[in-house]
Amino acid sequence: MINLTMDGLKISVEPGATLLDVARFYGANIPTLCYDEALSPYGACRLCLVEIGEPGKSRLVSSCTYPAREKLNVRTNTVRVMQTRKMIIELYLATCPSSKTIQDLASKYGVTGVRFSPKNEECILCGLCVRMCEEQMQAKAIGFVDRGVNRRISTAFDRKSEQCRLCGACMYICPVCQARCQGPSEESTLCNACLNLSPPCLENNDHTLCYMDPCAACELKKKTNQ
Amino acid sequence: MKKNTVLGLEVPCGPNGVSVITVLQAIQGYYGYLPEEALEKAARELKVPLIDFYSVATFYKNFRLAPQGRREVVTCTGTACHVRGSEKITEEISRTLGVDIGSTTEDGEYSLKCVNCVGACALAPLVIVDGRYYGQMTSLKVRRLFSDNPTKTEQTVSSGLSE
Amino acid sequence: MDLEAPKIKSAEEFFYIQRNYQKQYRDNNRFIVICGDTGCTARNSKAILGNLDRCLKEKDLSETVGTRFTGCLGLCESGPLVIVYPEEILYHRVIPDDMLEIVEETVLEGRIIDRLIYRDPSSGEKYAYARDLPFYKKQVRNLLGGNWKTDPTKIEDYIALGGYEALVKAVTEMSPGEVVQEVKEARLRGRGGAGFDAGLKWEECFKASGRKFIICNADEGDPGAFMDRSLLEGNPHAVLEGLIIGAYATGAREGVVYIRSEYPTAVEKIKTAINRAEELGLVGDDILGSGFGVQIYLSIGAGAFVCGETSALIASVDGRIGEPVQKPPRLVQHGYLDRPTVVNNVETLANVPHIIKQGAENYRATGTEASSGTKIFSLVGKVNNTGLVEVPLGMTLREIIFEIGGGIKEGKAFKAVQTGGPSGGCLPASYLDLPTDFESLTEVGSLMGSGGMIVMDEDTCMVDLAGYFLKFLADESCGCCFTCREGINRLLELVQNISCGRGSLDQLDLLKELAEVVKDSTLCGLGQTAPNPVLSTIKYFEDEYRAHILQNKCPAGVCRALITFEIIESYCNGCGLCKKNCPSDAITGEQKQTHYIDKDQCDKCGICFSTCRNEAILKQ
Repeated sequence: MINLTMDGLKISVEPGATLLDVARFYGANIPTLCYDEALSPYGACRLCLVEIGEPGKSRLVSSCTYPAREKLNVRTNTVRVMQTRKMIIELYLATCPSSKTIQDLASKYGVTGVRFSPKNEECILCGLCVRMCEEQMQAKAIGFVDRGVNRRISTAFDRKSEQCRLCGACMYICPVCQARCQGPSEESTLCNACLNLSPPCLENNDHTLCYMDPCAACELKKKTNQ
Repeated sequence: MKKNTVLGLEVPCGPNGVSVITVLQAIQGYYGYLPEEALEKAARELKVPLIDFYSVATFYKNFRLAPQGRREVVTCTGTACHVRGSEKITEEISRTLGVDIGSTTEDGEYSLKCVNCVGACALAPLVIVDGRYYGQMTSLKVRRLFSDNPTKTEQTVSSGLSE
Repeated sequence: MDLEAPKIKSAEEFFYIQRNYQKQYRDNNRFIVICGDTGCTARNSKAILGNLDRCLKEKDLSETVGTRFTGCLGLCESGPLVIVYPEEILYHRVIPDDMLEIVEETVLEGRIIDRLIYRDPSSGEKYAYARDLPFYKKQVRNLLGGNWKTDPTKIEDYIALGGYEALVKAVTEMSPGEVVQEVKEARLRGRGGAGFDAGLKWEECFKASGRKFIICNADEGDPGAFMDRSLLEGNPHAVLEGLIIGAYATGAREGVVYIRSEYPTAVEKIKTAINRAEELGLVGDDILGSGFGVQIYLSIGAGAFVCGETSALIASVDGRIGEPVQKPPRLVQHGYLDRPTVVNNVETLANVPHIIKQGAENYRATGTEASSGTKIFSLVGKVNNTGLVEVPLGMTLREIIFEIGGGIKEGKAFKAVQTGGPSGGCLPASYLDLPTDFESLTEVGSLMGSGGMIVMDEDTCMVDLAGYFLKFLADESCGCCFTCREGINRLLELVQNISCGRGSLDQLDLLKELAEVVKDSTLCGLGQTAPNPVLSTIKYFEDEYRAHILQNKCPAGVCRALITFEIIESYCNGCGLCKKNCPSDAITGEQKQTHYIDKDQCDKCGICFSTCRNEAILKQ
């Protein structure tokens, strides 16, 4: 067993557990966008930051990828963690304001303004769909393409993949296109908690990331329109 | 050093055999770029999902998915070149040849590319044409370099010391 | 049937062969060294070599005068360099046609050719002998010194000068544990950037069991830094020897040299070196009959700065995209193929033979208490003597820039020096007396990094420079972490706003706030240090940011949106040169009449400014 301190509490955990596992087990509230229990952790969204180390020499790490280690001093809700997290949420809002998940996060963490110029991206590159496709569906039809600011998710050569079985798991797990917030327009990127319950893709498939060809939802929509 | 063959091409081995990168390097070494069909064949031969090849090919800057121009123009945009004005040089080349960074002229003659540092900082700002280094470039030298009679200017420009 | 070259099977055999090589090496007392480094080759040094060979043949001197095409000699600014031995007369800016004169005058008559010797740009004083040059005098060229005397393609030269002696000593006289102990005691710190104790790394790997790897990181991505390239091009065997000793000490039986493809010459040189060492049995199985063996592989990068980060490098060696991963688990426990792996920088490894040969205590005599040994810096930018300098750690920036570097070009004023590559910081004149060691540089918000040292003068705009580094990093980030990918992009957006005159003081505060967040919340070193250029320029040059924001002025005259070009009527003689060269047809005027610039048409490329012979163009 590994002994460590979390928010002042002395605890012992099984080897191999990550800090996020431990924190969630003990009920600490840590938001994530790129984490799913059924998939390997990736550490891309940076929302699950926690502070480790002694005060004065501490640093922030993503709890989903950091393994629990002996005598580690972990703090999950320090001022530094909260301020950093708020800034990250603000960045997410400016980048992808049409996501209900992100709008909800903003209201939960009290982000009340966005100081960056708004963009309207449809993907936050959390990579959940890529891992879902590879690890759970064993297909590996999609992956990351290009790098840095140009990074995107796509199939090989941007055309229909032989490996894709049209299972739709990529869309199922997407935190952004699953529930799109209809509230804000480009001018105001913040709507703070709406009650948008639109079903995935059906209402707004123009802007969702859909690698399925043909897409079940699109076909359904075509039918209802006829 | 051990070698293995993929698609009939010799691929050097690492401690773990051939890798996606070494295969791509071999393909590009042979074709000059990465043809889609070759990648598909290689993916099938190695039983690797095609997306792995595509991800790697787009992640690393050296890989090209389209054929290059007959002559390759490279400007160095390292820090030393930047503080000595490489941005203007790149712009001038782009204007003179009518080609954007990272693309090829319509007639397929020139490709223009920027690299981050070739480590020849004493020559800053630096332009490389088909592997030949031209140091201490100025906008005027760029124009002379790509003028109709390049042979004469090449000598004056390449010595880099005359001006 | 091909006979396989005999492999060296014991220390006695090695020393026997060494004596033979030494005899061959000393045969020619008189020889001529020509710099064959990328910089000098670009200036035609290959043709110089060709001409020299021809001249020697004509004068029937081919047998008595040796020639050597070496790696970087250091003073790249004055290349191509030629040194005539044994006097060590240094000629600079040599052109192929000079060779006949050098052979006739210097080689045959022993006379020094005045017009080819080095003249100090600031004092105007002339120096004929390499050892007298102020550029070389203050340096301690432990590592680069080898470049002068060896032909990098010849293992014979390296062995004749005492190369591979350290390997023989380590393998035949010391246990792996003792080698680790020696390196630990030498306090050898990683020269790649972070300055982590190399001995500690080795020790940890030494203690691990099973299949292990050692990787030489030659992915020198920092723009403006070329130390590793010069070591690999000039003295590849020194790096290779360090790598083999490292393998012996850590228990790794497989070594990889990961080298970036932008250095084609270095790739060739290290490839040749590995092959030659293999032929002699210094790489392979049962080295020197000791039972210890190591295989060395070459892995060529494909163009990604982030692969300089060790975990991304390992992913790249494995053929995957270069995404760094969370540490811990540390690489010495779970590295390449999930096996214990040590990654060392080129320069770090090149230090190892010196430590083994002279002992930790002697090695520690150079440098400071916490940072021992020497460090190679690539001194570039607006400095007179651009080139590679190797100095004891702890020398002040002033000594390096002004005494060795010969001060600022064209007598302009020093403004800042940027150390540590794109992740480092810019230090103003008030820090010139700062000693260059790992701690001091980190303390003031910069980094040692791999050793790039870029000097800037009054004509460099710090806002523009911060933007340059951010653009570089936005391009080179792997894109995994949101805060790095989007954070750097947003930092760049804010900096560009400021350099376009669209900034506000609120944006400046936001820039600082976001920079801190990016620094804090990113996974790997690239993201964590990415805001350094912004933070350090704001810290030391906030006035300049404010000038852009409040007065809409770029004090250095760089940011295009904020400058204008004008023709001073009284200076213009109407030669028409500016009009002819203006790419946007913004200049009008008749021959021999005053010309005018149409400010709406002008795209501020500055060509007129640099072409005007009468200084009639005013940049504001």
